[in-house]
Amino acid sequence: MYDLIVIGGGPAGLAAACAAWEGGLRSILIVERDQELGGILNQCIHNGFGLHYFKEELTGPEYAGRFIRMLSDTGVEVRLDTMVLEVTADRQVHMVGKTTGYRVEQARSIVLAMGCRERTRGAIGIPGTRPAGVFTAGAAQRYVNMEGWMPGNRVVILGSGDIGLIMARRMTLEGAKVLACVEVMPYSGGLNRNIVQCLHDYDIPLYLSHTVTDIRGKDRVEQVVVSQVDERRNPIPGTEMVFDCDTLLLSVGLIPENELTRQAGVEMDRRTNGAVVYENMETSIPGVFACGNVCHVHDLVDFVTAESQRAGAAAARYVAQNGDAPQRVLQVRNGDGVTYTVPQRIRPDRVEKRCDLFFRVNRICGDSEILVTSGDTQIARFKREHLAPGEMENITLPRVLLDKARDEITVSIREVEQA
Amino acid sequence: MYDVIIIGCGITGAATAFELSRYRLKVAVVERENDVAIGTTKANSAILHAGYDPMPGSLMARLNVRGVELARTLCEKLDVPYVPCGSMVLAFSQQEKPHLEELYRRGQANGVPGLALLTGDEARELEPNLSDAVVAALHAPSAAICSPWEYCLALAETAVRNGVQLHRNTGVTGLSPVDGGWLVNTDKGQMWARYVVSAAGVDCQQIHELAAPCPYTIHPARGQYYLLDKSEGDRVGRVIFQCPNDLGKGVLVAPTVHGNLIVGPNSEPVEGEDTSTTAAGLAFVRDKALKSVPSVQFNQSIRNFAGVRAVADTGDFVIDWAAPGLLDLAGICSPGLSAAPAIGEYAVELLGADGLALEEKEQFICERHRTRFKQLPQAERAALVERQTAFGRVICRCETVTEGEILEALAGPIPPCSVDGVKRRVNAGMGRCQGGFCGPRVVEILSRELGISPGEVVQDQAGTWLLARETKGGDK
Ligand SMILES: Cc1cc2nc3c(=O)[nH]c(=O)nc-3n(C[C@H](O)[C@H](O)[C@H](O)COP(=O)(O)OP(=O)(O)OC[C@H]3O[C@@H](n4cnc5c(N)ncnc54)[C@H](O)[C@@H]3O)c2cc1C
Ligand SMILES: Cc1cc2nc3c(=O)[nH]c(=O)nc-3n(C[C@H](O)[C@H](O)[C@H](O)COP(=O)(O)OP(=O)(O)OC[C@H]3O[C@@H](n4cnc5c(N)ncnc54)[C@H](O)[C@@H]3O)c2cc1C
Repeated sequence: MYDLIVIGGGPAGLAAACAAWEGGLRSILIVERDQELGGILNQCIHNGFGLHYFKEELTGPEYAGRFIRMLSDTGVEVRLDTMVLEVTADRQVHMVGKTTGYRVEQARSIVLAMGCRERTRGAIGIPGTRPAGVFTAGAAQRYVNMEGWMPGNRVVILGSGDIGLIMARRMTLEGAKVLACVEVMPYSGGLNRNIVQCLHDYDIPLYLSHTVTDIRGKDRVEQVVVSQVDERRNPIPGTEMVFDCDTLLLSVGLIPENELTRQAGVEMDRRTNGAVVYENMETSIPGVFACGNVCHVHDLVDFVTAESQRAGAAAARYVAQNGDAPQRVLQVRNGDGVTYTVPQRIRPDRVEKRCDLFFRVNRICGDSEILVTSGDTQIARFKREHLAPGEMENITLPRVLLDKARDEITVSIREVEQA
Repeated sequence: MYDVIIIGCGITGAATAFELSRYRLKVAVVERENDVAIGTTKANSAILHAGYDPMPGSLMARLNVRGVELARTLCEKLDVPYVPCGSMVLAFSQQEKPHLEELYRRGQANGVPGLALLTGDEARELEPNLSDAVVAALHAPSAAICSPWEYCLALAETAVRNGVQLHRNTGVTGLSPVDGGWLVNTDKGQMWARYVVSAAGVDCQQIHELAAPCPYTIHPARGQYYLLDKSEGDRVGRVIFQCPNDLGKGVLVAPTVHGNLIVGPNSEPVEGEDTSTTAAGLAFVRDKALKSVPSVQFNQSIRNFAGVRAVADTGDFVIDWAAPGLLDLAGICSPGLSAAPAIGEYAVELLGADGLALEEKEQFICERHRTRFKQLPQAERAALVERQTAFGRVICRCETVTEGEILEALAGPIPPCSVDGVKRRVNAGMGRCQGGFCGPRVVEILSRELGISPGEVVQDQAGTWLLARETKGGDK
């Protein structure tokens, strides 16, 4: 019997385990299917990690390394090369590994930190032939940065999310010709700094409001056709551009990896594709927590760390107190301009001083106000000069304000000046 | 000199090879590509049709009904995923009802068991997600679904274990009559055989023309599909057809044996083996499918694909002598998968009648087994990992496929030599992430086990290279 089993040893799992250790738990197990800890960070060899948390710029492996070192000062047990196959509602964890065999372990609490996977060609239905040479950007990143192989020489990238942008630069530095980055929306889904540093600096054109409408080539990609789209994202005939290339990289979104979560019977949020969580990252099953990309897709690892520390600390508290009576619950609703929030529910009595609330907006906004209301009363207001769907927003609500709310709070955006 | 050379190793060639491998004969199968089941056999609806569709008296009718009867035991013995889920044809208006009655009559004439005409409400009771617009349905409990490529692979593997030689990467380029048989020219050299059987799918007409003028024409007809995630796998429990109309057979919605939902196909003429998908074709499929089952969630799509039917202008399968000693198994469009074992049986009957001595082997292997880690109960999983640690390393996380299963396939009678070859054998890469995660790991295993560089590992057929070169800092 473990006090805590953490599933996934990426930045989320590492931070949660460290925080649970600090919170006093002494029998903690991290299960990681890869051969090393660090998660997706191991293939992110560019820098830009840790600006918020460590106040310095680190590469992905360096950032992970700091937590792996912190972990080595604790007594947390780690099982690598071991994959969790099933989690039950009564907190049994089934796992299998080459050296660890098939085991079923019982846990008092569980942190789900499995990260996410990439959307594929099939998910977005690009027509055409089905040759080799269509990769998700993350798979290409793994080939280049981990295996030391280039997946192609002449590249078109669909999607301007961060992974696509980073790969545009990476492929260029490795001698490939990146012909274009194509984005169906009228704005990029990536961080602004990545657009400048990965596209502009290398003269890679970014085609906004464009998409790939055909893939050609029998054995290997030979051409892709790019068309402009109208406001409803339908291709406009006559706008086709043909690129001669051998590779198409897809950076068209990430999907939280929640098969285990669903199987366990945890309540899910259709908008985040992750579990519905409370203020302390607890899911609908008491003692089961979710954090990091498995809960909602993050842009910055620093926020993953902060959120996961909360989950780890809460798991420690849960085990110590062995759960307690149900309390008042506030539903957090998405108002105008808001796609989702995390947490989706807040128990004010569990909030010590303040509660962090993360959310995404559904359009680019200029000068705006973020309004938090409960019924007809406004309980908080925050100002932002700029809001974009590609950048996760975060506000902090003091406990005293939450005590004013009744049953629900709604987060919405009021644009003061059009972007 | 071979007794028989079979051209093509799709389901038709494989079934014929399997049937022939019962006898003391020297048999070879030549396949142009680097794997079996790489033509139409890998891209179809995967349905073992009950047999009410073909016109009574046709070869299609006879071989379809016989084929699915054979499939039932064959799939079990050869460990081929097979689910006898039944099918339904829907009518959306009173005008369409006579068509159901016609299918019912044909089915009776063809000897299809258990057919029943249902009202719309009866149909919805069996399939709650059917549209309210359904007014009647024909229920055929004997229809089934299977894994078409594993079916083909299982037949081919068993044939090989029974002594048939399989030559991959060997395309037939010429056929000349010689004394007592045929000289078969291939891009790998010459071969001789008493009999040649053409099971070349869409290319049967070309093969025929290498030897004699061809009396029929093959009109390739493409069908496009959506494959949806397992989250949609329970949307229907049976194969749901529509009444055919001017635009073809209608679009079906069906579960797959792997737990996904398949939706398609349309039908459109194409040149040769053009299996591309088109925005218009996919939109058509989607619109039509929603008519049957309005709640299908197309945002759960994990893949689109297309297959090309080899439709002969005769309107039936063409199973006949192209020239003395050269047997055509041509025009094997739908229900070719359903009919396959019966086509094999019939081909052997024709060869026997022509003078091929059919002497049964004493030891004919008619069983096959592969490890499916995902389906094993917990205790067996544990024991397996204990015995062989490679079964403890999960390579494909979506389908829970282990390294042990991949190594088992590599040690099998027809080892895979491509990433998709691995996928067709053990399902790695078939799931919702479509190989995004396991692709690099499968490349690594193939490179290691086949003793080739990762740069030489292909996605599928020859020419489908994956990796261009090592990175600048790469190499030891
Ligand atoms: C290409 C890319 C570029 C990025 N760039 C930046 C950047 O510049 N700056 C920045 O701050 N952030 C960046 N990020 C974001 C940041 O890296 C991620 O948000 C963060 O890594 C998510 O952490 P995680 O622990 O939730 O998930 P992951 O890092 O994905 O870790 C999940 C772990 O769980 C394991 N796992 C999953 N399922 C199982 C199972 N069943 N059993 C056992 N183990 C399992 C996985 O193997 C993995 O190790 C980037 C992300 C990517 C992908
Ligand atoms: C859209 C669609 C849906 C279908 N749905 C169903 C269904 O639900 N149920 C059903 O029963 N049937 C169905 N079918 C029909 C079924 O798929 C086919 O009848 C069957 O797969 C044909 O198999 P085959 O072996 O004849 O051809 P193929 O699988 O095409 O095999 C022919 C092989 O010959 C090889 N070859 C070609 N030329 C040469 C050469 N010169 N030298 C050497 N080798 C050569 C090719 O490489 C190929 O491997 C469907 C077909 C399509 C297209």
